[in-house]
Amino acid sequence: MEAEMSLYSEKVMDHFRHPRNVGVIENADGVGEVGNAKCGDIMKMYIKVENGILTDVKFETFGCGSAIASSSMATEMIKGKPLSEALELTNRAVTEALGGLPAYKLHCSVLAEQAVQAAVLDYYKRNNIPYDESQFKCALCAHEHDHPEGEEE
Amino acid sequence: MFVYADHAATTRMLPIAVQAYTKTADLIFGNPSSLHTVGQRAQELLTSCREEVAAILGASPREIYFTSGGSESDNQALLSAAYAGAKKGKKKIVSTAIEHHAVLHTLKKLEKEGFEIVLLPVGESGIVSADDARRAIDRDTALVSVMLANNEIGTIQPVREIAEICKACGVPLHTDAVQAVGHIPVNVNELGCDYLALSAHKFGGPKGTGVLYARTGAPLSPLIEGGAQERNKRAGTEDLPSIAGMVAALKASVADMDASCAHLRKLQRKLIEGIEARISHCSLNGDRANRLPGNVSFCFEGVEGEALLLYLDDEGICASSGSACTSGSLDPSHVLLAIGRVHDVAHGSLRLTLGAENTEEEVDYLLEKIPYVVQKVRSFSPVWRDLQEGKRKFIL
Repeated sequence: MEAEMSLYSEKVMDHFRHPRNVGVIENADGVGEVGNAKCGDIMKMYIKVENGILTDVKFETFGCGSAIASSSMATEMIKGKPLSEALELTNRAVTEALGGLPAYKLHCSVLAEQAVQAAVLDYYKRNNIPYDESQFKCALCAHEHDHPEGEEE
Repeated sequence: MFVYADHAATTRMLPIAVQAYTKTADLIFGNPSSLHTVGQRAQELLTSCREEVAAILGASPREIYFTSGGSESDNQALLSAAYAGAKKGKKKIVSTAIEHHAVLHTLKKLEKEGFEIVLLPVGESGIVSADDARRAIDRDTALVSVMLANNEIGTIQPVREIAEICKACGVPLHTDAVQAVGHIPVNVNELGCDYLALSAHKFGGPKGTGVLYARTGAPLSPLIEGGAQERNKRAGTEDLPSIAGMVAALKASVADMDASCAHLRKLQRKLIEGIEARISHCSLNGDRANRLPGNVSFCFEGVEGEALLLYLDDEGICASSGSACTSGSLDPSHVLLAIGRVHDVAHGSLRLTLGAENTEEEVDYLLEKIPYVVQKVRSFSPVWRDLQEGKRKFIL
């Protein structure tokens, strides 16, 4: 088993220490929640949409350092962007933007991707906007997200 | 302020241990197996170290084996007794659900080899019941292994009572005393154990060194084959500087035990009561009284442990957690699950283990920063929000 804390990049620690866009949007246009408390991480994403643009994004996260950093980074990457671009956000892009994550923490970046998709899906549903289900594979299966095979220390 | 509150993980070497270590490394560098004067000086030191450890534990020097630490000692004791039992057709091993992985993983290996492993449960108190042990131990039992004090929640186990049950059934008893030695009185005859494992770095000694006590007549086979060191039970040239450092630390810890225990009990009480008074929806893990003097372990609702630790680290506080994220596995600590903490809550654990050098001012600082950091983590926790809004029920 690799060491944990020293493995976090400076970027991860920066987003963990100073999370961007943390909080709640009271009258959000879409809300997505993924993960579960049993597994130790839950991410909740709130979005505000105007003319197809994500004008505001906020998050709340129950989880470890990399979960908090992943959600913070994800909000920064999609804020101000069109919905279509937000839907293209991948966990790999989040991980790369964070300067990498330890292998067994990669699921945190997957959660961030799922949370964004879940929020957009919620927005589409609330507004009866037709959507292509294949775009939301990740969010639709997010209720019980799978962890990668774990090893014991 | 900087506060090191993770003494159960490891301790800083005591100055007297560093002194003994460096002095030995520098001046008594010989190989105890060499016949010349330099070697014989090393042999003499090794002998006196063995005598001193034996005297402190109430053992005979011939029952003391120097090893690389707690894990090796646990492994050797368990495997030796298990295989000796199997030769007599005994393939049952009784232990507890809260043992250290050095024991649990060895038992898992033995289970794969055909042994039947019975892990005694612990209730909310984190203490195994002697009655449960009595029901589980019989004449077909090859070995019983019960830790003296738990590494996560500090609870002290009824090893002496279990030893009597073992004696009546003719079953050898091993105790992992890694967290106990140097902190509470440990005497192998009072405990009645046949094997005991200890580790130097838990009481101010160097890392990578420890002791296996094996009572005369208790089966013992080597894990490491090679030279005739340690009466053929543990090959490899002895790490004499570490052994000398360990003995110096052990003597000092035992000599100061009463004073440091009183000091730690005071700090422990202040810290436990202070956390309970300042933080809502938290709960102490394990029995309040029957625990190691420096151990304070809590679960906080709506909080994840790794985030808590990292923010505490930023405040200069070194602590530990049993959350999944800090263990590197997906499940939270088996000890917290064993005392009945559900997953959701077990992820939010914090272990503070104080040492003799911690001060009351440091505890004040902990009591200022821990509530602040718990509040901070809760402030953006969706679980905490749901709890506050009644969408989720409080467990603690």
